[in-house]
Amino acid sequence: MSEKILEIKNLKREFKMGSEIVRALKGVSFDIYAGEFVTIMGSSGSGKTTMLNVLGCLDKPTDGEYLLDGNNIKKLNKNELARLRNRKIGFVFQAYNLLPRTSALENVELPLLYNSDISAKQRREKAMWALEAVKLAERLHHTPSQLSGGQQQRVAIARALVNEPVMLLADEATGNLDSRTSYEIMALMQDLNVNQGKTIVFVTHEPDIASFSSRTVMLKDGKLIKDSRNESLRSAREVLDALPVSDDY
Amino acid sequence: MSVINLIQIALRALQRNKLRAFLTMLGIIIGVAAVIAMVAIGEGSKKSIQDQISSMGSNMITIRPNSNVSGGARLDATSVQSLTEDDIKALQKNMQYINAVSPAVSTRGQVINGAFNWSTSMQGVSPDYLTIRDWGVEDGISFSNSDVSAAAKVCLLGQTVVDNLFPNGESPIGKIIRFKTIPMKVIGVLKKKGENAFGQDQDDVILTPYTTVQKRILASIYFQNIYASAIDENSTDAATEEVSEVLRKTHKIRQGEDDDFAVRTQAELINTFSSTSQLLTVLLAAIAGISLVVGGIGIMNIMYVSVTERTREIGLRMSIGARGIDILLQFLIEAILISITGGLIGITLGITATKVVTAFLSWPTLVTQSSILISFMVCVVTGVFFGYYPAQKASRLDPIEALRYE
Repeated sequence: MSEKILEIKNLKREFKMGSEIVRALKGVSFDIYAGEFVTIMGSSGSGKTTMLNVLGCLDKPTDGEYLLDGNNIKKLNKNELARLRNRKIGFVFQAYNLLPRTSALENVELPLLYNSDISAKQRREKAMWALEAVKLAERLHHTPSQLSGGQQQRVAIARALVNEPVMLLADEATGNLDSRTSYEIMALMQDLNVNQGKTIVFVTHEPDIASFSSRTVMLKDGKLIKDSRNESLRSAREVLDALPVSDDY
Repeated sequence: MSVINLIQIALRALQRNKLRAFLTMLGIIIGVAAVIAMVAIGEGSKKSIQDQISSMGSNMITIRPNSNVSGGARLDATSVQSLTEDDIKALQKNMQYINAVSPAVSTRGQVINGAFNWSTSMQGVSPDYLTIRDWGVEDGISFSNSDVSAAAKVCLLGQTVVDNLFPNGESPIGKIIRFKTIPMKVIGVLKKKGENAFGQDQDDVILTPYTTVQKRILASIYFQNIYASAIDENSTDAATEEVSEVLRKTHKIRQGEDDDFAVRTQAELINTFSSTSQLLTVLLAAIAGISLVVGGIGIMNIMYVSVTERTREIGLRMSIGARGIDILLQFLIEAILISITGGLIGITLGITATKVVTAFLSWPTLVTQSSILISFMVCVVTGVFFGYYPAQKASRLDPIEALRYE
């Protein structure tokens, strides 16, 4: 069995809203191993956003254990969490969150700026490599406004890859894209997962997207209701090829 | 995260909003330029007053009879006659911190050369007077001590007197002129000295041996003033002490009694005038300083807007590993960069403005190093002070909420 990247035991997260206590996660347990492609699914209010925040080390659980690559999140302070995010996690957001009027290359370099172990030269090399990995080597100096939505998301994925994280954490990464581009992104994700062995955790509410992952964790009302291997794994590349040639333009 | 990285990040952020960064800077630029220019004008006028006063003789010490009490009534200083030849002799015998002493008796009157006449003042002095006043003879020679003992009818003319008595440009040397009814031989012409700090024409004067004025004109044994010069600028205080001591002895003034004379130095005069123009400098600097504070508030305002506007960016940076301190420093450095750049441009502009003022208005100006240094420091402090609160606000954002901020 491969290495355990993520270990969650009886995870609880409660929020105080005025006098009421909202229990967003009511004791969830699961593990994720290296090389897995996991989708976390659930409708609004299922607790998947809270789950994402905890997994991304942006939030700490109220109770229960969360170990990321052997680090117990509960024992870390804010700065140590920031360091962990910098070294272990690559975020991909729904709205890309690229810096405006900044070239793709500089956007990708950004996480490495917060890592003082990496020199300016290494930073540039790694960013080039990451942009090549998402097949954007020709658009290094384009700013986000000169890129399409899909290209912007690929820049964002390159930014998530550049620090060589143990886990890519995607939050509705296809939410702002049309289906063709969504499939392209999923194909890229599958490629990264299969050919480069990247562990991917993909939060989504679309079952269509979930069908490209090897495993689906389903949340409902703050509880885990289903954790299953995907038997009929689809290849996004094949789906993409099967699509009729677009006549949109 | 290294400082170089932080400066890079801040620079990129400023590049993205060049116009706004410049407009924010403008407040600082104007503030600093105003400080530099205003202080330069203030310092310039101070300097020119100092120069004028020291042109009267920088180490000069003036001794005047003091107002005195006679039968219960306080008398006017000019009516008091207490300085005599004895004082001069005593000073010359004891001098240690002074290198020249000259009495002065003056009188006003009409001076005539043929068809031309002119009303001027005649100063009766000793040959040392020229040394004390740091004055020279342009043409001819000065009178000597033997002229003094003979009460010779010789005189030196100031430039203004020459201009009025010899308007046709002929040389006055060797000519006989008349002061009131007394014929006098012109033996020299004084160098042009210009106006003094009070706007008086220092060249409108005739110098002659003091004995000549005393014996031939005033028939008096008293002096109106005694001038002395200290050996150097630093010993003026010691020289003042020395003069006081000697004169108290010759005037037989007992301990505890008031002096019947007053000793004043140029330094005192300089201080009096300097303090007036110092006040001017402080006022100008204060006005300029206020504009610097306004500029600082401008920075703070823009930084707050910038933090709000870039909330998502802050959230993103935090999610990819920026610590609170990184965000704080990023915004702080942005603010400091704005204020420092503004400061440097402001200094350049201020110096240019000063040059322009001197060139077109011919006002005396003096850009002091301290004004540049201080205004630059104030810029840095302004940047830190007004940049800190917005930066702190940014660093305390919750990344989860910042990422979802619309």
